[in-house]
Amino acid sequence: MAKKTTLIDLQFGKSDPATPFCAKYGNKPDALLEILHDVQNELGHVPETSLPAIAHALNLSRAEVYGVATFYHDFHLKPTGKHHLKLCSAEACQSMGGRGLLAAVEKFLNVKMGGTTADGLVTLEATYCLGLCASAPAMMIDNRPVARVNADKVKSIVEGLRT
Amino acid sequence: MIKIYVPRDSSAKAVGADEVAAAIAAEAAAQKISVQIVRNSSRGMAWLETFVEVETPNGRMGYGPIEVGDVKRLFAAKFYEGGNDQLGHGLVDELPYLKNQERLTFARAGITDPVSLGDYVAHGGFEGLKKALAMTGAAIVAEVTESGLRGRGGAGFPTGIKWKTVHDAKADQKYVCCNADEGDSGTFADRMVMEGDPFMLIEGMTIAGIASGATKGFIYIRSEYPDAIATMKEAIGIAVEAKWLGQNIQSTDHCFDLEVRRGAGAYICGEETAMLESLEGKRGMVRAKPPIPALVGLFGKPTIINNVLSFAAVPYILSNGATAYKNYGMGRSRGTLPFQLAGNIKQGGLVEKAFGITLRTLINDFGGGTFTGRKVRAVQVGGPLGSYLPDSQLDLPMDYETFAANAAMVGHGGLVVFDDSVDMAAQARFAMEFCAIESCGKCTPCRIGSTRGAETIDKIVAGVDRDANLLLLEDLCQTMTDGSLCAMGGLTPMPVMSAVKHFPEDFDRPMMQAAE
Repeated sequence: MAKKTTLIDLQFGKSDPATPFCAKYGNKPDALLEILHDVQNELGHVPETSLPAIAHALNLSRAEVYGVATFYHDFHLKPTGKHHLKLCSAEACQSMGGRGLLAAVEKFLNVKMGGTTADGLVTLEATYCLGLCASAPAMMIDNRPVARVNADKVKSIVEGLRT
Repeated sequence: MIKIYVPRDSSAKAVGADEVAAAIAAEAAAQKISVQIVRNSSRGMAWLETFVEVETPNGRMGYGPIEVGDVKRLFAAKFYEGGNDQLGHGLVDELPYLKNQERLTFARAGITDPVSLGDYVAHGGFEGLKKALAMTGAAIVAEVTESGLRGRGGAGFPTGIKWKTVHDAKADQKYVCCNADEGDSGTFADRMVMEGDPFMLIEGMTIAGIASGATKGFIYIRSEYPDAIATMKEAIGIAVEAKWLGQNIQSTDHCFDLEVRRGAGAYICGEETAMLESLEGKRGMVRAKPPIPALVGLFGKPTIINNVLSFAAVPYILSNGATAYKNYGMGRSRGTLPFQLAGNIKQGGLVEKAFGITLRTLINDFGGGTFTGRKVRAVQVGGPLGSYLPDSQLDLPMDYETFAANAAMVGHGGLVVFDDSVDMAAQARFAMEFCAIESCGKCTPCRIGSTRGAETIDKIVAGVDRDANLLLLEDLCQTMTDGSLCAMGGLTPMPVMSAVKHFPEDFDRPMMQAAE
């Protein structure tokens, strides 16, 4: 039986996919968030195996990089769905029925907030404000904002992802 | 050539503006009508988006809300010549919603193409910076101080005093940081500046650089605003190309570099010291103050940190003079504030007015009441850390001091309207829940108090030792107010206690309902 691998045990090679992104920002430690964003855009998540490579390139400890990657809601250390559906859960959207909308979306996707659909198509995430508060409720599908949504509209957007 | 304007603001794109623009282009091509489609910024009338405008000899005519299905009918009505349509609103400049505003910061909103330098300059752009380039840092600081401008992010600290501190500090490197982590629900004015008038922010920050002696600036933009990030980056590139940024700005000795940094979904990074940590590539943990960031800020250097709207107000102040700005407002709240009407409101959008306007005027006269047509029950002013105000307080004038005296805050000028279907106990619980999710964890009152607060509200609603738990909640809120390091834990009690105070009936209900 294999021993559980910790961050300290992880080996990394020169060919780690994160290394070029570190180089892009001159291996500067203050660019860590940008690097993590770029890695996630490329790979869909930030693989835990890449954290030591990033730490090495930026001359940070593995703990520091892990700490940053886990502090921010945006970063996923595990693979997620192909698409990200971010439903605004903040007050302005609540005032326009956001809570009911979330319940309906959870029901038809058959996932809870934070979960990924069984087919791996969509990860449902909460977001707190998209700046579309005058056209609530609002959501974002990947990087595309959508406003004045209702359950049917969300459903048809998700159906559209299947094609 | 007929000029047709279709906004590129994300509030328009989110309801299909790109598709509308494409449909207009296609229909024009099919009918062999020569049109130029300009992707302008938004007027800030969200309920009319997609708001299409056509240039006519009398001025621009507006149509909205336009969907793809309306386009063929618009062409049949010859809208491209200003023809009448059921969704026509006549001359845009004559619309009361816009006419009754005092747009200083948002003077170009909806009028220009956000990334057209030519449009910007033709509409008064860079006049402030031109003046600043010929002034000493101290003179610029004096002008900003004289204008009475206070931090628009919410704290309302006098901008001039902050700038003077950085100006007077001795250091080999100073920074200017723009806090564009506009995370408060009900606010979108920063986003509209960045997506709609990015050169104005660049101009304001560059003036701050010249004033303080800083040569490097960062704009920290939340990742929830992908369009703002893209537009700011594009505008910075254009400004550098045209020598409005970078080395030897407009052939003077002044240098100022600007860089966009993305946030990563942490509300706390809107707190200035957490933002600095994040800009340094670290966890967004709040720093203890003192030292203040003006002296020990980014990378330990003296740093001006202001909100987008504070920087955006500066070009007007420099170009028109401190007095022109100061003449607006009331008491110690000078100038204008771009209010944001949001939530359950019929005519949501951006209303820039001088301080002193009442909530009722904003909600009824501009907003037209609730979207659902029901009675307004509560208005949350100033974001998730702001108080819930009942109808009886809607006549308060919007002014930093008046609001503070009434246990409320103006904040970033966002108003979230709720109708009478709202459950205020649920809103109070959410305030605690949100604090628990977003707390950086550095101080105990915020990290643990928020979770205990949510639990206590659950007990109150469930009818468990209601009176004792209400006392406990009040005590907990006092501890959070007094003992938190920053506004996150320190102000979460505002929405909670205002809900308890103004809507006690929502916390006192039969056991049955709570048992669901």
